[in-house]
Amino acid sequence: MKKVISGNQAVSYAVLSAKPQVIAAYPITPQSAIVEMLATFCATGDLHAKFINVESEHSAMAACIAASVTGARTFTATSSQGLALMHELLHYASGLRLPIVMANVNRALASPFNLKADLSDSLSQRDTGWLQFYCESGQEVFDTIIQAFRISEELLLPVMVNLEGFILSHTYEAVEIPEQKEIERFLPSPPPRECLDVEHPSMFGSTTDLYINFRYKMHQAMEKAETVCQDVDDQFQRTLGRGYGLVQSYECDDADIILLAAGTIASSCRVVADRFAKKGVKVGVLRIRLFRPLPKGPICHALKNTPKIAVIDRDFSPGCGGILAQEVKAIFHNENRKVPIYEFIAGLGGRDVTDEDIERIIEQTLEAKEPGEITWTGLLK
Amino acid sequence: MDRTPQIKFPIPQEELVFSGHTACPGCGAVLAMRYALKALGPKTIMVIPPSCAGVIAGGFPVSALNVPVLRIAFETTAISASGIRAALDMMGKKDIHVLAWAGDGGTFDIGLQALSAAAERNDNIIYICYDNEAYMNTGIQRSSSTPEGTWTTTTPASSLKDTPKKDIIRIMAAHKIPYIATASVGYPPDLIKKVEKAKGIYGTRFILIYSPCPTGWRHSPELTIQIAKLATETGVFPLYEIEDGEKYSLSRRHSKKPIKEYLSLQGRFRNFTEKDLKKMEEKVRKEWDYLTRMAG
Repeated sequence: MKKVISGNQAVSYAVLSAKPQVIAAYPITPQSAIVEMLATFCATGDLHAKFINVESEHSAMAACIAASVTGARTFTATSSQGLALMHELLHYASGLRLPIVMANVNRALASPFNLKADLSDSLSQRDTGWLQFYCESGQEVFDTIIQAFRISEELLLPVMVNLEGFILSHTYEAVEIPEQKEIERFLPSPPPRECLDVEHPSMFGSTTDLYINFRYKMHQAMEKAETVCQDVDDQFQRTLGRGYGLVQSYECDDADIILLAAGTIASSCRVVADRFAKKGVKVGVLRIRLFRPLPKGPICHALKNTPKIAVIDRDFSPGCGGILAQEVKAIFHNENRKVPIYEFIAGLGGRDVTDEDIERIIEQTLEAKEPGEITWTGLLK
Repeated sequence: MDRTPQIKFPIPQEELVFSGHTACPGCGAVLAMRYALKALGPKTIMVIPPSCAGVIAGGFPVSALNVPVLRIAFETTAISASGIRAALDMMGKKDIHVLAWAGDGGTFDIGLQALSAAAERNDNIIYICYDNEAYMNTGIQRSSSTPEGTWTTTTPASSLKDTPKKDIIRIMAAHKIPYIATASVGYPPDLIKKVEKAKGIYGTRFILIYSPCPTGWRHSPELTIQIAKLATETGVFPLYEIEDGEKYSLSRRHSKKPIKEYLSLQGRFRNFTEKDLKKMEEKVRKEWDYLTRMAG
């Protein structure tokens, strides 16, 4: 059934379909609608789950960890400061190898205080052992949440699904919500795993000399993640008729320049690319959907022939630059072909990234002889 | 004539704390854990934050406890227990007890926010704080449970702790949770009875167990029980229960032994002055008056 819903509602309906048993979440703008809807689903009995009204995001993640280590399917949602507050426990969740799914509504980190879209909140959690997806539409948000449960339960690693605050979270779009039977065909009840059990008492969450071995096992699971994510996406395509890939490439094959971005900026890039195509300039667009682990193969494949890459980051690592740009540079470090990568910071704190901004990014990159300093677009005069 | 002494209150035989654990000689905390687990039995899941208790419990692949244990972040003991409870309830395992077990640092200080929230929701968990009045696991630093006039490594002799011990019991009572008790390793039958009573009550149950620490309190290991008894006999650590935040009952009459007897056995009070002693006597008298008034 098609429904006109917001990104936050897409998250909530997907969670309703995925049937977690324990949800613990704390409200924060622009995520609050998710908390409200899920609490209501649990209260009305539409969703047979325990909703814990926690006093902080830190406790939200702690509750999910404890419930998950007991064997329950769990979910939480947060944003920005809330994600930063969870930081310590994000490591616990992945270290305990728990299949927790979380939606993060991307919002700028204070200070200064700002409620609007910025990917720095989640990108700065890239070393916490969570898989990270970045979505572009309400439909993709719904579908990725469903996929995330499958992926996390197969890999025993937590998965974070990101959607930009307001741009996606508050925008209403038509979203196809599959029949519950179809969802369950794709996402059955969670497979059994080793959990806290009074019949077989064991110790979870502490060791000494074996620490490095646990980390190595996590590394092995992350190495498998790319294949598992692709397989799950393929199965989703077969079962429910939609697939997204790990990256989405648009007219990249013989492009004069490729724009690389995550999230909704990629939509604007494609519109601008079409305009340039009419003028005879071939602009490709590569959208990063899976950021952790970063799918090296598909990215290298999409970028293999292009003479120039412009990376547009709606995020910023002070002293370093755009995070996507750094990651893409790192991929190419061991490749034979050296591709010039031009770096742009845009849209921080929810600043609009307009078609004109993107046009300027393309023109500047085409004109430049070699990459120079990072260009900041959208600065107020 | 049968000369076997009459055991008024049999302590359960089953041991859920194995021998070979890593507690110091004379550790009060491990006794508290042993008695509490005897009262709760094997159908218990335990949450332990970083603490001496965590070290005592061990780490994969070994465990000193014969119950499942989750070792979790310092400030999350209560909410982790709540998370386990939620999962068990959803999975239809309602007959399993969830025990949150933390020290005074993990309870009075860093874990207070999550504990207050669990108590406010009246989550169905048992929270036990073993109180040794400082951060012992990290090397005897002061906590908000450290009494006034006490030496610790962060309140050295030249600058002893100059504020009173935080009254965690009244904080918990203000939440109107169904059951609160103080207990002591000096009185195992009373401790076990209280845990057994807590076991049969629904909601957040909070027990504070007085647990001497020879290492941190600077006393000889064989004095643990004597000091624990003296704490109660002098009125420094009264034993009582509070039901629904209002109904107080005293577990033991206060025998009014001189506080000096209690202080003199412990190096941590070496720098106590006459003035400090007067202050402490006054504090103990006031608290006892309050408790007897509340208990009617």
